Amino acid sequence: MSILESLLANAKAEGRSALIGYLPVGYPDVETSIQAMRAMVDGGADVIEVGVPYSDPGMDGPTIQAAVDPAVRAGVGMSDVLAAVSAVAEAGAAAVVMSYWNPIEKYGVSRFAADLAQAGGAGAITPDLIPEEAGDWLISSELHNLDRVFLVAPSSTDARIVSTARQSRGFVYAASTMGVTGTRTAVSGTATTLVSRVRQLAPQIPVAVGLGVSNADQAAEVAAFADGVIVGSAFVRCLLDSPDGKGAIAAGVLAQTLAEGVRRH
Amino acid sequence: MSTSALPSTAQSVPDAGGHFGPYGGRFVPEALVAALDEIASEFRLAQADPAFGAELTRLLRDYGGRPSPLSEATRFSAHAGGARILLKREDLNHTGSHKINNVLGQALLTQRLGKTRVIAETGAGQHGVATATAAALLGLECTVYMGEEDTRRQALNVARMRLLGAEVVPVTTGSRTLKDAINEAFRDWVANVETTHYLFGTAAGPHPIPLMVREFHRVIGQEARAQVLERTGRLPDAIAACVGGGSNAIGIFYDFIPDESVRLIGLEAAGEGVESGRHAATITGGSPGVLHGARSYLLQDDNGQTIESHSISAGLDYPGVGPEHSWLHDIGRAQYRPITDAQAMDAFSLLCKTEGIIPAIESSHALAGALDLGRELGPEAIILVNLSGRGDKDVETASKYFGLVSEDALKEEIELA
Repeated sequence: MSILESLLANAKAEGRSALIGYLPVGYPDVETSIQAMRAMVDGGADVIEVGVPYSDPGMDGPTIQAAVDPAVRAGVGMSDVLAAVSAVAEAGAAAVVMSYWNPIEKYGVSRFAADLAQAGGAGAITPDLIPEEAGDWLISSELHNLDRVFLVAPSSTDARIVSTARQSRGFVYAASTMGVTGTRTAVSGTATTLVSRVRQLAPQIPVAVGLGVSNADQAAEVAAFADGVIVGSAFVRCLLDSPDGKGAIAAGVLAQTLAEGVRRH
Repeated sequence: MSTSALPSTAQSVPDAGGHFGPYGGRFVPEALVAALDEIASEFRLAQADPAFGAELTRLLRDYGGRPSPLSEATRFSAHAGGARILLKREDLNHTGSHKINNVLGQALLTQRLGKTRVIAETGAGQHGVATATAAALLGLECTVYMGEEDTRRQALNVARMRLLGAEVVPVTTGSRTLKDAINEAFRDWVANVETTHYLFGTAAGPHPIPLMVREFHRVIGQEARAQVLERTGRLPDAIAACVGGGSNAIGIFYDFIPDESVRLIGLEAAGEGVESGRHAATITGGSPGVLHGARSYLLQDDNGQTIESHSISAGLDYPGVGPEHSWLHDIGRAQYRPITDAQAMDAFSLLCKTEGIIPAIESSHALAGALDLGRELGPEAIILVNLSGRGDKDVETASKYFGLVSEDALKEEIELA
């Protein structure tokens, strides 16, 4: 069983959803971002999406772009990301790299898989890599028993949901609103529909949902119908709003709040 | 001519997934896959529909001004070792460049898709102006994304787009140029894909865009082939076209690919020189990677981050290139050469003074390449140059470059205009 599979199974056995938090490495600097990830783990995050900063984050909204741009300019690269992966794994959570495809391709797909496994990482989420283009990654992730998380969207056909779920391992990422990342005030109705479609078409794999959750009530709402609740921009906001260096503490506090949310029944 | 004459390698690309050898494909969020599938399918139906072809041909003729003429640049040729240089005059199309071919095709396709809004990205503004024009003609809502830096460089084109009823959104993220305008347009598209078609301006991006854009621009090469044969009784020895994303180049190259005696030469923007690091010569100075939805050559650093490009020409100032060009380069069917800002501006000036044509600075890269080719190939050679656009939009840049007017006077003049 892979790292994510066993983690999500344990959460399910506890009758709850997993809390999955995203942060890019390198904002405001590598060390602080790693501290914030540790604080999120201490606060109750089960999985950390360790974000690879990228110059052209076409799926991300203004919050994540604001944190990623300076990290790119500072030259943050895969070695920093792998250091963050090790830190998260040591802190006791699953570390999943979240990366647009080109930084992985440039690093070398098989080298990336080997180094990620060596660092104690669980796998990778690849928002602009669809299974049809993922040949090398399918092979390398298999070789190193890494999870590979592909995305499904409200516009995905049934056939694509089936084939994408078949190629995924760990969980399927339901990007459940059509749009870029960012916090939203209301949980979209398309999320429940998408999750129930995945459950019906691919009952074997857990489904985690990302749709702009930023507080405990929203986390509880999503936890009621998904195996994992993904929170990104709200954690990034903690760092953007704390130029005094207390962003890591704020991220930890937010994780505690959201961890309570995913445990509500 | 029919594609049946193409060599088997050219006929086999792209494959069903949009791959040109190792290039192309789809590296996009899943949310866009359904829309790309829909476009691919509707484009295939449109290609097979005689009514669509007839409507596009009518629009290109009656509205766009096709066929564009072939001009022999006799006095310019004298500076090219006496080789015969023929100019394919895409600058005489409505809106002043080749861009109109693609936008009319895609705007008609937007109607077939039942969508009411188009978005576009633009660097120099030519594609934005062309898109705003086609949207006005066909009654589509239009939003154009443009890097903030480019809105300053190309203020007159911003005004033109707004006059045509388009909303122009200055993009302030990243390098504030074309690549960031593309990122922003993709973000808009993901959020509004049900009502909106992303009218991509070059032969790059995810499948089926490179294929579709090539097909809408093939008319350039089809016309040019017949015109050169009629004028000279034989095929040209070489074709020169500038390459940013590569739409005008693939348009004029494509129907000559089977003619192995015809050298296909793409001229990339070398800015201050490839060795200076300040350039946009993607194939000459880049390496394979993934950007804006496809695998192709791109300018990138060791971390896989896109390196900002530089060119005096906003239209070539792009760190990527269409995947088919990457493939033509790798298989050796086309050759890509760098042209510096200085070389391009020399050719710009020369064409103005010898032929009475003010070319786009983009096209001036092709002209500079043709001068070199002429000297290489000798006085018997025939060189076909794609004059992809006119230089009205570049008058301010050129005036500054050549020191023709003081900056204050120029600013005042433009404000008055």
